[in-house]
Amino acid sequence: MREKIVEATNLVKWFPLRTGLLSSLIKKELFVKAVDDINFDIYTGEIFGLAGESGSGKTTTGKLLIRLIEITGGKIVFKGDDITSLPEAKFKPLRRKLQIIFQDPYESLNPRMTINDIISEPLRVHGISDEREITKRMNRVLEDVKLTPPDEFLFRYPHELSGGQRQRVAVARAIILSPEFIVADEPVSMLDVSIRAEVLNLILELREKYNVSFLFITHDLALARHICDRIAIMYLGKIVEMGSTEDVIKDSLHPYTKALIKAVPVPDPTARRAEVVIKGEIPSPVNPPLGCHFHTRCPSYIGDICRTKEPPLKELKKKHYVACHLY
Amino acid sequence: MALLEVKNLTTYYEILRGYVRAVEGVTFSVEKKEALGLAGESGCGKTTIALSLLRILPSSGRIMDGEIIIDNVNVVKLNEDKMRKDIRWKKISLVFQGAMNAMNPVYQVGEQIVEAIKIHESHVSKKEAHERAEKLFELVGLEPSRLSNYPFEFSGGMRQRAMIAMAIACNPALLIADEPGTALDVIVQTQVMKLLSELKEKLNMSMIMITHDLSLIADTCEKTAIMYAGHIVEFGDTISVFKKNLHPYTQGLVSSFPSIEGERSRIIAIPGSPPDLLDPPSGCRFHPRCPYAMTICRKERPPLIDVFKDHFVACHLIKMQEEKK
Repeated sequence: MREKIVEATNLVKWFPLRTGLLSSLIKKELFVKAVDDINFDIYTGEIFGLAGESGSGKTTTGKLLIRLIEITGGKIVFKGDDITSLPEAKFKPLRRKLQIIFQDPYESLNPRMTINDIISEPLRVHGISDEREITKRMNRVLEDVKLTPPDEFLFRYPHELSGGQRQRVAVARAIILSPEFIVADEPVSMLDVSIRAEVLNLILELREKYNVSFLFITHDLALARHICDRIAIMYLGKIVEMGSTEDVIKDSLHPYTKALIKAVPVPDPTARRAEVVIKGEIPSPVNPPLGCHFHTRCPSYIGDICRTKEPPLKELKKKHYVACHLY
Repeated sequence: MALLEVKNLTTYYEILRGYVRAVEGVTFSVEKKEALGLAGESGCGKTTIALSLLRILPSSGRIMDGEIIIDNVNVVKLNEDKMRKDIRWKKISLVFQGAMNAMNPVYQVGEQIVEAIKIHESHVSKKEAHERAEKLFELVGLEPSRLSNYPFEFSGGMRQRAMIAMAIACNPALLIADEPGTALDVIVQTQVMKLLSELKEKLNMSMIMITHDLSLIADTCEKTAIMYAGHIVEFGDTISVFKKNLHPYTQGLVSSFPSIEGERSRIIAIPGSPPDLLDPPSGCRFHPRCPYAMTICRKERPPLIDVFKDHFVACHLIKMQEEKK
């Protein structure tokens, strides 16, 4: 059995909704239930995919795991230690082990810093100031992300680089502290198709080389299939299905997963056409439907139980979990 | 006779440092009731073609050369007045990219559609225009009562539907959809694509679909044109372009696309990145990234040659192979 690197137990994040003074006096406070009681583990050296539509809580989950935002409830365990409420001073040494790559390389890099400053900043923040050590590490990560020769990039600014190169700078910044767990939040969705593959293959190489574990957040199931070992599908703050990539994609159980997969167009004009199985759009997470959150759009609605009782996530087949009253 | 014929279209943007050669010598045609998918990476000139067809380029953009013929009228030669009266919205209309921001936030959605109708068909009364807007809303699957809503009250998918309703308000012969699925979730995206295909059949329209997503084209278009750095490199029947693609760029693009079906394979990247169009590479613009580049590729731009029936490719390698035959 492989070791668990991250364990999330009953993870909850509610964002309070700002309302006017008057309505806040009469009505009770409203919350956006971005992440609502989810459980999952990520194993060492694994790429764990988190997929779902926008507003399903994927990014919030990612940020919670590395404590970029405050948790409302639940527990996060990193390598056996509970980090949920660790005071900042004690948490700081752990931060270097937990890194993130953001979605948009056009906005996540400071335009007024050189590539050299951007990549070495995490080292300085964490108190590594020996210039020789910094240069050594810089050269290594630049090699890792294939920004070579280093001298050609170090003193340039982000606007002088292409999208793919910028995202590789973001990857270099994330790996310079030799992290053990990286949250990759839609790392290629802003990139052109022909250069996406480069960044994806880079992630796969880093995993092989350093045994880094990833939480890979994406809305693109075709992409998730090519890179993730296991996938969890989220809908309105809940995990509705979880299992190995092949199980979830080829043998999906939840009606929502099935609908998502049917809606993905295939780059082959002679293959099946993308189908719309479900109507409408994802409801607001402020007032999610009662019972199963998906019942308002579900094509396999089986009756009152879906409206009233929330289905638990249970292991239906070996290591393949689903939350649906059908099963 | 094709509905739209574009011959040797060349559009540049003038900036301080020179000309951005966004579209150069582009030739293609769209038949009646046909959907053409225009695919390529960002900055390859897809949107510039759309803006050229409607002549709504930003002030720095200029059509330098070429002809755009729709229903026997050369759009490039028309004066602004005629353009507005006869072509825009009636012959060619556009669903703008980024439905989220394409509408005026301080006007009701209905008012904006009525305005579009009134501008292009001045004889229509306000009441008639409003009735037409109601019908359009039904056609695109929205509640007519929501015409009095403001854009912020709509979800992304609803806004895209409203944009489509506005675009078909004057029964255009050709509808251009610029990245209609981008920024929408996959289920909503599929709904919108389905709607566009249905409308195309129902209203006997032709369509140009601009996208970077090859799978959307495979799903909805009869013809496909692949663009790279302002040139069309491959053009033809969709099945032929996907199954028998010849241009090294098309091949790279197709293999860098992950599919949810078939074998799970490692995705292959095209090395390098697209060129700066201020100073594009000489000859074939793809040669710096092409694994088969030869001396001639650096010197001469390859012509678009007919390889199979209705399947054109611009590549020196293919041209040489064809000549040997």
